Amino acid sequence: MDSEKRPMLPLIGSEIVKSTLTALWFMFLTFPIMVIKISPLDKTIHWRWMNLVYVGAGAFFLSFLWRYFMERKVQGARADEDGGWQKRAGQRISTDRRIYLPGLIALGAFVAIFPFLFSSYQTSIMITALMYVMLGLGLNIVVGLAGLLNLGYVAFYAVGAYFFALMNHHFGLGFWFALPMAGAIAAIFGILLGFPVLRLRGDYLAIVTLGFGEIIRLILENWNDFSFGPSGIAGISRPGIMGASLTLHQHTIYLYYIMIVMVVFTMIVVGRLRNSRIGRAWIALREDEVACQAMGIDKAKTKLMAFALGATWAGFVGCIFAAKTTFINPSSFTFMESAIILSIVVLGGMGSIMGVVVGAFILILLPEYLRAFSEYRMLVFGASMVLIMVFRPQGIIGGIRQHYTFQRKPAADAGEGGDAACA
Amino acid sequence: MLKVKNLHVYYGGIHALKSVTLELSPGEIVTLIGANGAGKSTSLMSISGIVQARSGEIVFEGVPINAMAPDRIFSLGIVQVPEGRRIFPGLSVTENLDMGAYLRTDRHGIKSDMDYIFTLFPRLAERRHQLGGTLSGGEQQMLAISRGLMSRPKLLLLDEPSLGLAPVLVQLIFATIERINRDNHTTILLVEQNANMALRIAHRGYVMESGSIALQDTAANLLRSEKVKQAYLGIQP
Ligand SMILES: Nc1ncnc2c1ncn2[C@@H]1O[C@H](COP(=O)(O)OP(=O)(O)O)[C@@H](O)[C@H]1O
Ligand SMILES: [Mg+2]
Repeated sequence: MDSEKRPMLPLIGSEIVKSTLTALWFMFLTFPIMVIKISPLDKTIHWRWMNLVYVGAGAFFLSFLWRYFMERKVQGARADEDGGWQKRAGQRISTDRRIYLPGLIALGAFVAIFPFLFSSYQTSIMITALMYVMLGLGLNIVVGLAGLLNLGYVAFYAVGAYFFALMNHHFGLGFWFALPMAGAIAAIFGILLGFPVLRLRGDYLAIVTLGFGEIIRLILENWNDFSFGPSGIAGISRPGIMGASLTLHQHTIYLYYIMIVMVVFTMIVVGRLRNSRIGRAWIALREDEVACQAMGIDKAKTKLMAFALGATWAGFVGCIFAAKTTFINPSSFTFMESAIILSIVVLGGMGSIMGVVVGAFILILLPEYLRAFSEYRMLVFGASMVLIMVFRPQGIIGGIRQHYTFQRKPAADAGEGGDAACA
Repeated sequence: MLKVKNLHVYYGGIHALKSVTLELSPGEIVTLIGANGAGKSTSLMSISGIVQARSGEIVFEGVPINAMAPDRIFSLGIVQVPEGRRIFPGLSVTENLDMGAYLRTDRHGIKSDMDYIFTLFPRLAERRHQLGGTLSGGEQQMLAISRGLMSRPKLLLLDEPSLGLAPVLVQLIFATIERINRDNHTTILLVEQNANMALRIAHRGYVMESGSIALQDTAANLLRSEKVKQAYLGIQP
């Protein structure tokens, strides 16, 4: 790498020129809105020249920063070829028991006493984040493992929520009975969606699933007799423990622990699934459909399994969501939800369990704590997504499989041609 | 072992196979040669069930398989190695091989078959942890064939294994195909444009022209036939 280091000064010179051009371009683009201000009352035009200076300076600075990081990224990629420090550190943390075991115990202890350290409000936010962890892990089965881009995932979430809400409203069905049934019903809906889209791939699949999500929402919104329309369903019961009456605060804590158990359960199941036969079939399906069929894999069954299993988790979370808020209406199940869940999967790293967990925490907790800048929330959200996709296209924690690297080694031990770092 | 009779296949309005009839006996290497677009790949795909025939019969060991799903046909022991070495680029060499043994549950058998494959292609053994997508063209072809072998097929359908490979590698691939046939008595239906090489290792051959079988004979006779020489071996009389 040292031999490839380019001379620094001319480089900076050309960067300055490029950044200046960028700045000029931005000054030109924003001129009409940032500089000219017409006041219709006294029919005058204000020329705010200072704004032009600010835009120019800001654009120059940001562009320079951008170029600097892009250059570092390229160099980083080169450094990675001989094992970047990040990879080595990651490998050490995940393989060295002395580091990883105490870390796990500390984390476990923190998770266990969290509701007693923080307020009910904080716990409630944490429950929401955990719900999105589950949703992300569920969608990760469909998108990350099987490679089926599903933009209508929220539909299954809605199915789970409405199932519990309606059953509870009409028949007084309790949370613990409804939970597994909500998962099963969502799975059936997953298969219902799966059948017509068996032959579709990529963009076409995305469009149809998007439509499916909207259809479910529109039905819920318009079929008043069935779903009570936009006014929704209120007074859904919270999960109970053997008839004991709990305060609101106690309910929150209880739900928190339910969520922790559910998330751990989900992580175990998804982890197992990935290394199972069906998991391998999904990965093969994602890689190449024709080759997959030539391996004797039943394409239809494999796809339907992915849709059904992915939907099951959404059904579970839907049921929990209804129990948490005790009130649901169709506006909780818009396309935006699907987009957020998909962002969690992509941002965290497709196919990676830890990645999805981290992604969910960032995407759910960050906006919560950014409430102060509520107007700019979506802007910050979008900008951080763009930045992450530019600098870490494989997600924050990429799937383990993407970490196989090609290493040239002395011919003596050529048998160990590659090596896998655990994420 | 395999009997194909009066097979007709259409892609929409395109009549791709026009009454194709073929037969394979156990332990044979039979080659199917012909120009681009003659319908060779289509023949293989309809045998393995990926493409549905409109009419005709395909019988494998006495069982009609025309209407079966690809995974059922696969489980009867017919394995296709598709054209253009469609290995799984994101999986390592061993994982690719594991996928070939997807329907098997005998761990020991899988292990010993993998060892056998690594003796067939020592190059793959060296690269066992490398991602399929990072292999060279020749290595990918070796992997594609090996992955097909992992299910211990009775009938192996190879679609243009020499496509785009350097002459040395073509030699190696063909020698290995011969060896697979010899070691395991695997029946092989070999689709090739490289007629010369294919006819050298095959017992019998069929020549395909625009969707139907134009000629059929023993490989030795086809190699001598004027028509084949002119059209497929590039030899001027
Ligand atoms: N998926 C397809 N859709 C439409 N036509 C196809 C398709 N695949 C092949 N064909 C047509 O069928 C004929 C036979 O193709 P193919 O079996 O691939 O020939 P070969 O393998 O001998 O080169 C060609 O005319 C080709 O254009
Ligand atoms: Mg072909």
